[in-house]
Amino acid sequence: MIRRLFVLVLLIIIGYFLGTAMASIPFGAEKVDVGPYRSVGNYYVDNTVQETGGVNAVTSIVVLYRGFDTLGEVTVLFLAATGLAAILALTRERRKLKKEKPSLIMRVGTDYLFPAAIVLGSYVFLHGHLTPGGGFPGGVIIASGFLMLFLAQWRYKVDELGLKIIESLAGMTYVTIGLIGLFKLGTFLGNFLGKGTPGALLSAGIIPVIYIVIGIKVGSEMTGLLQNLRETTENE
Amino acid sequence: MAPFVLYLSLALAILMIVGAIVVVVTKDLLVAVIASAVVDLVLAILFYILQAPDVAITQAAIGAGLTTAIFVVVLRKTERFEDD
Repeated sequence: MIRRLFVLVLLIIIGYFLGTAMASIPFGAEKVDVGPYRSVGNYYVDNTVQETGGVNAVTSIVVLYRGFDTLGEVTVLFLAATGLAAILALTRERRKLKKEKPSLIMRVGTDYLFPAAIVLGSYVFLHGHLTPGGGFPGGVIIASGFLMLFLAQWRYKVDELGLKIIESLAGMTYVTIGLIGLFKLGTFLGNFLGKGTPGALLSAGIIPVIYIVIGIKVGSEMTGLLQNLRETTENE
Repeated sequence: MAPFVLYLSLALAILMIVGAIVVVVTKDLLVAVIASAVVDLVLAILFYILQAPDVAITQAAIGAGLTTAIFVVVLRKTERFEDD
């Protein structure tokens, strides 16, 4: 009872402060004044193509305008995967679990879907600057291809050391590209490769390079994570 | 927004709310995981209708795909039913 009262009081306090903060912004009015543009969003819509050469404004923002934040996101994912691996290594499960053979449909379907998943994932991160997508979803699509493989074939294993090496190399490449930008242009992750023709595959400078790196990194990280989970589930 | 699209998004939003309620109420955690996958998938469709294909792809791949798989694996390791 006293706990519920405590929660209620806490909710009222949070609600009060959120309410007062929101009340100071007039409803429907433009929140940020950026000169001739009515809002920050309009600025990006109008200027992204000239400033970055990337046709997809979303990925231009993610990689160029706020590339440093994206490096932070990649780090968060890396730390989460490492933390999970550490926890799983500490608590090796001894319980025996029933194994069922994967069905024929699962096995045959995976044979056809696995290459498709890899190709789709690579497409999504290679064309991040042209079409919707980017490194994170591309990497996750590749990892889900590996998930299908794990489900359909009990004995299949990915070389864990190889995954870690690929992942570390990708992370190092990201930072190196950022440092090259720092030395050449004076800003971390500066676009030192030029803009190219907007809409061409090789355009928008470092966006495709960064997205290839992120795609490979996220894909190998997620695959390693799934393999870790699977092993602690099915061993013993 | 055309009326058809408007009604479709309203129906999808209601489906999302129902799914979210199921997630909280049910005692069978496997049902909860499936229901949250439905919420994520419908959210991805709504993102697409609202012209945010980038977010839709990410939501479908991570929310509906990978997160669900990880939850199911974790459920296999732990308990399927929530006790009071």
